[in-house]
Amino acid sequence: MKSPVKLSAAGAATERHWQELSRKRRFYTCLSLVILLVALFGSLWFANETNAGKFFDRLPYFFDFFGDMIPRDGWEIWRALFDLPSPYFDGSLKFNYPEGRVYLVGALYMPEYVYKMLETINIAIFATLIGFFLGFVLCFLAASNLTTQKWLRFVVRRILEVLRAFPEIVIAGFFVAVLTIGAVPAMIAVAIHTVGSLGKMFFEVVENADMKADEGLRAVGANWVERVWFGIVPQVLPNFLSYALLRLEINVRASTIIGAVGGGGIGEALRLSISRGHEAKTLAIILLLFVTIIAIDQVSAWLRKKIVGNQAFAFGASM
Amino acid sequence: MNTIAATDMQDMIARYPAVFKPGFFKRFRGALIFIAIVIYAFVGSSFLHIGKVFSNGNWDIAGAYLADWISYEVRPDVKFENGYLNIEFPRFSPLGAKPQPDWIVKTVETKQITPEAEVFESAAPAQAFSFMAPDAPTAEKPAEPAKPSSSFSFMAPDAPTAENPANVGKSTGAARTETKSVTTQADITIGDGHVVIVPGMVTITRGGETLVIDVERDKAVHPRGALPDWAQQKYENEKVVARFGFDGRVEVQNYKVKVHHRFLGWENFIFDTNSPFWNKSAGEVLSLIVSGDRIKPDQSNLMLALDNFFNNAEWQHGDVWIKLMQTIVMAFVGTLFASLIAFPLSFMAARNITPNGFVNQFIKRFFDFLRSVDMLIWALFFTRAFGPGPLAGISAIFFTDTGTLGKLNSETLENIDDKQREGVKSLGASPVLVQRYGVVPQILPVFLSQSLYFWESNTRSATIIGAVGAGGIGLKLWEAMRTNQDWENVFYMVILILIVVYVFDTISNKLRSKLTKG
Repeated sequence: MKSPVKLSAAGAATERHWQELSRKRRFYTCLSLVILLVALFGSLWFANETNAGKFFDRLPYFFDFFGDMIPRDGWEIWRALFDLPSPYFDGSLKFNYPEGRVYLVGALYMPEYVYKMLETINIAIFATLIGFFLGFVLCFLAASNLTTQKWLRFVVRRILEVLRAFPEIVIAGFFVAVLTIGAVPAMIAVAIHTVGSLGKMFFEVVENADMKADEGLRAVGANWVERVWFGIVPQVLPNFLSYALLRLEINVRASTIIGAVGGGGIGEALRLSISRGHEAKTLAIILLLFVTIIAIDQVSAWLRKKIVGNQAFAFGASM
Repeated sequence: MNTIAATDMQDMIARYPAVFKPGFFKRFRGALIFIAIVIYAFVGSSFLHIGKVFSNGNWDIAGAYLADWISYEVRPDVKFENGYLNIEFPRFSPLGAKPQPDWIVKTVETKQITPEAEVFESAAPAQAFSFMAPDAPTAEKPAEPAKPSSSFSFMAPDAPTAENPANVGKSTGAARTETKSVTTQADITIGDGHVVIVPGMVTITRGGETLVIDVERDKAVHPRGALPDWAQQKYENEKVVARFGFDGRVEVQNYKVKVHHRFLGWENFIFDTNSPFWNKSAGEVLSLIVSGDRIKPDQSNLMLALDNFFNNAEWQHGDVWIKLMQTIVMAFVGTLFASLIAFPLSFMAARNITPNGFVNQFIKRFFDFLRSVDMLIWALFFTRAFGPGPLAGISAIFFTDTGTLGKLNSETLENIDDKQREGVKSLGASPVLVQRYGVVPQILPVFLSQSLYFWESNTRSATIIGAVGAGGIGLKLWEAMRTNQDWENVFYMVILILIVVYVFDTISNKLRSKLTKG
């Protein structure tokens, strides 16, 4: 469309410049879309090619699997969950629900999966506690406003980075080899990862702290520890706690997964029951996991809201 | 300057008791929380049996496993035969098929020997350097003991004859005297230690101390005098273990001496011992590739070298890289699909965009469902459905992250500035255009940066779900770890993963800081 107004020379130059810019911009947008599409289709082809079953070959059987997941009757799920005897018991592993009972006092027992779930939660809490304390100690050394030695900051930050990026499964596998299979290797693996990620978030919080309190303490001759403890910690502790709670949510999931590959807990039970095709047990565990994860998320969200208010929901920057 | 009189102070304290005399809970809150944590630490650690597990841990082996990450062992066995020695290397020795290492000096003599029909045969090589080799003896599948056969009773399955001259031309094992050249003494240097083995006696020297051990063949082991610090004998007459620190150890048993000599580095990293390029210097390999005659007539030397490199039996570079690529692809495709699906759904879930309470709630609960059924559960499900491989991993990441991204995006949408939307609406734009020009420009950078963040974090979590069968390097890592033999392969893969994570972290951080600034 031609512009109805005759533009001055300067105006025409501006218009030309603008058109050039927008053409360039359109070109870059198209180029990145094309790159993205090529990468996507390449990836899909590669994934399908290297998969054990091909996508379209397996698709018709996809829903068979959901059919296999339906137990003989709905009450079986409750029986599996609470370790009640099953009317279908035939001596096989599939219906041996009462065998897993963990007796506490006399006839009072804890159902197997509840016990395993508790184990997983304990792994997560313990790992979060360890991560919190070690991250707490390390973060002040990594913060540029508190640690003036560049090399120390550099070293601590690299340590935190490696702890964070080191695959948890390798740590778990190593400690499984040393300590035998169980909850402790999973706990160590999750804890080491937690030190790295909490430490990183903590030092970012510390770097954003208000330094006036620190200045005041410095003026009255406080040493480094006193400055940190009385000047910085009271400011940052609510944020630290909020991040630790968020980490706890993530750690419950992480310890479930690590459990499935060699640690104990509910993850292992789930993997076994799915691979053995025990539908009632699988559904019971999924139900339990689902409820627990939602409950922990809700409690933690409520606590975080209490501690730091609405900024508790900065989820993206915090994993 | 203002000074407060004592009466004023009293007055203030009386007026604001909550400030000056806080309640018990407020005053001791920190201490109470701390005590609670300490109590929990005790209860929790007893629940998880932490103390017991740690004290039962096999800490000796941890050092050896850690050393394995960056080094390798050569494990020859020196067997006591009737009047001579027989040096055997395991089948998958990193030194190749017929090793003649310079740290073992043999003294060969020609003497009369009496072969035996029945000899004590040790188990076949316990060390497997190639993981996943179909017949490699592993921790799960110990090697079958070599069967003593009457004719070749001295020979381990692959023991080269050049190594054991005694075996040459041995006929059916009747007790009869033969004249042969045999090894009568072996001098082995391990680090700062020195081991001299002759039939019936082992002399170990380390740091000025000498230990002489008499070996009654097939019966007992007797060290002479007190053992130095670096040697142990757990039970009388049983084996003696002498340690040389990182360099290795020697186990003197009543029928053989097991030597473990450790070398720093990754053995045969480029070419395995079956490759024609093995044990050649870089210059030699290069000149073979550039101008050498074809080693195999149907393949150029370059192709052969590449083929040998990718199919290296010990390191399996090709397979490891394909698996690593799968992990990257799983994270990329999973996150991309999740972002594409979560984008429209989050508009339906946001209550200020879609003023229909039922639809909002339904979609939000759907997001919660996807998110709370853990990535692990999805991974196990899809592994059953699609078979092990990256498709399962992609689907698991896609399902979980649709939930998480959907939730985050709808929360972002609910917090947008309404003025822009109203402005576009007041111009009479259609509902779709209102979203396009009133909402999307505000939230697109946030959405993109969330997606990038999840892409980066999924690269990490894809490793773990791989271990349950959902494709990628996780399973390979897990298999390498389960044999307890291949820690160097584990370390190799860890380094690759760390590089990938670092590169993706950097890319995603760069893009994100650009998005949030611009």
